Amino acid sequence: MSVQTRASADTSRLTAGARDPLGRAERIEVLIAYHWVLFKRSFRGAMVSRFLLPVLFLASMGLGVGSLVDSSSGGVDGIPYLLYVVPGLVMVTAMNVGVGESTYPVMGFLKWNEFYRAIINTPHRVWDLLLAHWIMIAFNLVISAGAFTVVAALFGGVRSWWALLGIPIAVLTGMAFSTPLFILAAKSSVDSIYAALYRLVVTPLMLFSGAFFPVEQLPGWMQPIAWATPLWHGIELGRAAFLGGPVPGLWLVHVIVLIAYIGVGALFAGRAIQDKLVV
Amino acid sequence: MVGIALWRFVLLRDVVAFRRMWWLFISGFVEPVFYLFSIGIGLGTLVRDVTTDSGMVVTYAAFVAPAMLAASAMNGSIADTTYNFFAKLKFAKTYDTMLATPARPWDIAVGEILWSLIRGGVYSAIFFVVALAMGFVTSWWAVLAIPACVLIGAAFAGVGMWATTFMTSWKDFEFVTLAIQPMFLFSATFFPLSVYPESLQWLVKLMPLYHGVEIQRGLLLGDVSLGLLWSVLYLVALCALGLWGASRRISTLLLT
Repeated sequence: MSVQTRASADTSRLTAGARDPLGRAERIEVLIAYHWVLFKRSFRGAMVSRFLLPVLFLASMGLGVGSLVDSSSGGVDGIPYLLYVVPGLVMVTAMNVGVGESTYPVMGFLKWNEFYRAIINTPHRVWDLLLAHWIMIAFNLVISAGAFTVVAALFGGVRSWWALLGIPIAVLTGMAFSTPLFILAAKSSVDSIYAALYRLVVTPLMLFSGAFFPVEQLPGWMQPIAWATPLWHGIELGRAAFLGGPVPGLWLVHVIVLIAYIGVGALFAGRAIQDKLVV
Repeated sequence: MVGIALWRFVLLRDVVAFRRMWWLFISGFVEPVFYLFSIGIGLGTLVRDVTTDSGMVVTYAAFVAPAMLAASAMNGSIADTTYNFFAKLKFAKTYDTMLATPARPWDIAVGEILWSLIRGGVYSAIFFVVALAMGFVTSWWAVLAIPACVLIGAAFAGVGMWATTFMTSWKDFEFVTLAIQPMFLFSATFFPLSVYPESLQWLVKLMPLYHGVEIQRGLLLGDVSLGLLWSVLYLVALCALGLWGASRRISTLLLT
């Protein structure tokens, strides 16, 4: 049945003779369909790292450590620790998904199974495959952030409907890590660079970007480093959303920084992958 | 001529192989150290004192530091006996080659586990020095901390290797994460057992890492009791079981 409708929609392609070239939207749609198949196949395995681990973190940090924090210092600036840490964990999860989807899988497509190279031998362009991949990563971010928010709400870690605004913020945060990492995939020749990335960038960011305690507690010289990272901006925005306000004075700056990371990352990633595949 | 204890060649191979990835080897210790810093300056300010399960009142960082030491011993040995072991078993075919020599499965299991213990031991030792410098070590019992790390590493290495022999693809490693991560979060690492509801405490006590944490906490805080021997015994048994199981499975996989 579905085959029939699909065929009737595409009759122009079933007749002999010259065909219209695919439009950009069609080219991207086809690639997303491919990513969708991959997504469905790996969904169950990915549930563990995407969904279960953040929930365990929530239980351990929010409930366990939270009980110690609340009884010792009454929460962070008067906010119960669970409420304080939930937005931080959502953004940390977004970072992890953004990084996870943009490291080994991209290097795989570029170097190991050369899926990208296969694609550009068809009418698809480099920008088509990048856009399709990024749309899929953004979709992954929506799923992860959404699921986490729902679970956090069940734990009593969400107190405002504004928390829903945390999902687009999580997408921005995750994508701010995703697009620049495509440059790394194109430029580096070995995957052990990613072990270094996780150890020296991802873990410190998770620990020192204000997810678990305010960055004001960091030594003075470390604070500017936190301000430069996308995660801190995401957490500042996300926390305001989850707590239902107040709107941070610098909210526009936070949004601009995240978009700048995404935009500049995408621009250079496009060039780097173009250089790698086309020349 | 070479005769006995052929595992030393298995070990030697790992040493040679890692000479070209020394930075990957060395940088492995940073993760727990970052955690310790983060907890010292961050959560340590939010949580001032913690009462341990044996009734000592200590600062939060001093409470978490021994747990991080135990966790670093676990992580160091798990990396080599799961991911790297699987790669050599299935893809590099390193062990097929080895078994074509007089080396036996037992040599492979022992050699690989010793290597993982060396690696985990180095991480633990670096971490220990950092903890010492930051003032979290308050007792002479702490001289036993590194040997205890090796014991924790051995328990996880044995069981980790055994589990790996049952895996069929990289996807199965989700199960390793699924076992390790909850253990890291819930083995009385970040908060004492008394925080848990009574009904869950027995579950925590089943976790191998919990026993590792208990031992390290006792040693670093100087709060040693005879009960810790049970924890030691538990880890020794786990290690022996893992070694036996892993070498049996390697035989079934590669020699039949």
